[in-house]
Amino acid sequence: MIEILGLSKQYGSQKVVNNLNLNIERGEVFGLLGPNGAGKSTTIRMILGMTEPSSGTVKVNGFLSNMNPIKVKECVGYLPEDVGFYDKMTAFENLMYTAQLNRISKATAKDKVEQLLKLVGLHNERNKKAGTFSKGMKQRLGLADVLIKDPKVIILDEPTLGLDPKGMKEFLDLIKRLSEEKGVTVLFSSHHLHQVQHICSRVGLFINGQLIASGDVDSLSTQLFGDQSARVFAGVRYDNNNEYSNKKEELKRQLLSNPEVSGVQFNDEELIVECKNNMSSYVAKTIVNQHLDLTYLNKKEYGLDEIYDKYFEGGDHHES
Amino acid sequence: MKFTINTLKEEIIMSHNSQAISTFMGSSVLSHSKGEVNPFWIIVKKEIADHIRSWRFGILVIIIGLTCLGSLYVSLQNIADALQKSKVDDAFAFLKLYTVSDGKMPPYFVFLSFLGPLLGISLGFDAINSEYSRGTISRILSQPIPRDFLITAKFTASLIIISMMFLLLSFLVMGIGIISIGIAPTVEEFTRVLLFTIASIVYVSFWLSLSILLSIKFEQASTSALSGISIWLFFTVFYSILVNVVFSIIIPAGRKLSISGIQTKLAILRITPNQLFTDITNVLLSPQVRSLGPLSMEQMEGAIPTPLPVFQSLLLVWPQFVGLIAGTILCFFFSYLLFMRKDVKTLM
Repeated sequence: MIEILGLSKQYGSQKVVNNLNLNIERGEVFGLLGPNGAGKSTTIRMILGMTEPSSGTVKVNGFLSNMNPIKVKECVGYLPEDVGFYDKMTAFENLMYTAQLNRISKATAKDKVEQLLKLVGLHNERNKKAGTFSKGMKQRLGLADVLIKDPKVIILDEPTLGLDPKGMKEFLDLIKRLSEEKGVTVLFSSHHLHQVQHICSRVGLFINGQLIASGDVDSLSTQLFGDQSARVFAGVRYDNNNEYSNKKEELKRQLLSNPEVSGVQFNDEELIVECKNNMSSYVAKTIVNQHLDLTYLNKKEYGLDEIYDKYFEGGDHHES
Repeated sequence: MKFTINTLKEEIIMSHNSQAISTFMGSSVLSHSKGEVNPFWIIVKKEIADHIRSWRFGILVIIIGLTCLGSLYVSLQNIADALQKSKVDDAFAFLKLYTVSDGKMPPYFVFLSFLGPLLGISLGFDAINSEYSRGTISRILSQPIPRDFLITAKFTASLIIISMMFLLLSFLVMGIGIISIGIAPTVEEFTRVLLFTIASIVYVSFWLSLSILLSIKFEQASTSALSGISIWLFFTVFYSILVNVVFSIIIPAGRKLSISGIQTKLAILRITPNQLFTDITNVLLSPQVRSLGPLSMEQMEGAIPTPLPVFQSLLLVWPQFVGLIAGTILCFFFSYLLFMRKDVKTLM
């Protein structure tokens, strides 16, 4: 549905997007994740044909974005970051305006707007001025605005920014439902991995203008951290202190004999095993077979938290 | 007038269609299914509604309407005197309605020459930057419409409003005039009034397109409004003072300006749109004006003091007319260029 080939964008000497290649299939929910200023919004604007790429091409639904922006805009609904409406017009009027800009006749538009306002839960507020709306209401109105043209692709730029947790969850669930019910392709950008991971079928990690990894959340951690994708922590104790160190060595040897295990380490009474998959039961069995006391067992996967720590918290500078 | 708007409409639709055909291989732009309106006119409609509902437009309409009626009242009071005094056996009694004053209150067209710019500036100063500051620009530009629709539609909407308003005022004065003095305008007079109205529309559109240009250039609506107003102030008040001062420095005291000197000075003064507008209205509304520059005795000799026919008057101010139109188009051209190149990214 969206094919991005060797896309780059330079502002002056600064490369905002650097040789981006990405393919998004029909019906996918793709999350473009990255810290602020990574070039997510620029990429989105290039997909829509609003910004001219320095090099590379974007094809949406078979149309080149920079050559045929109108065709692209006909099938893409875009919800910009910090969406704005005409304050003096009511929610209903704002949507009617968008509908008519999309060449929908007045009569058809009326029904459609009513329907969409119901869908996003703003039907009771339809005659209120958009200027009185809260951030969350505006966001939902924005979604209705996007849906009015029956888009094949929905692009959302930072849709969760400034929403409270409850509003955010409702909003994301709504998007998910739409993509499931109508088979709409969804692409959205976010810098909050945790908030959006559960609705994405695939995510791409976008840092400093480059896509460093993409795939579903599980494969993402394999891509980024290689084999060390999980750690098992175990508390190990033995009554006899003299034999304890021998036992420890023996345990280490046994654990390492398994090819799935890449590293074993003792930290006083805590055993740390680095392994590929979930090896908790194997570790536990080995410990018990050595007649050691297992006081606790804890598993930690290299997952979102580590990705988050590594890429998101460090490079946090604001987008202008 | 409806006719002019309709032809204007057709022209614009046609130009956009042909553009659309060449750019987009005539896809959906040409499809006219039932009840479907070209998005261009949707934007125009919305902009007109916005203007009419806005406070600032209401206030300016009231001010201009009141000055118009005020001057009309004054001229009605003094028209009898003026008609008696005038030496030319007057076939142009009706035009006096637009020009006569009692010396205390300036006539309508003088008011217009300095209130008009304010109207133009107020209609255009936040045309584009308000779309940015409200965050609506990226939403609108992501709709399947060519980008220039937005700016062209905004200009068209304001132009329609200005035209409506001035035609309305002119005809209102005409109507009240017919009722109260009992003389109907001749075809010649009617043509002159119509030309004067068109001149005022062009004059205000110049300021409109200048202020749209400023609204693209400056991110803050207040900056753009203030710079528009300061340009207006400079041209109405300071420019002529400045020119006079410079000439009094160049020309030694006690010596009079030569003919060519006077002509140069006038040419320099005519850089300002106000001067152009004043020239146009002077000639159009007073048929006895035969020249806008100095005339030598030889030229005057043998001339019969009759009024000029309307076509000759128009010929006399044709350069001024063209100058105003050119200024308008130039400003709009630069706005267009600036807007098409402006990156949506520059959020404010």
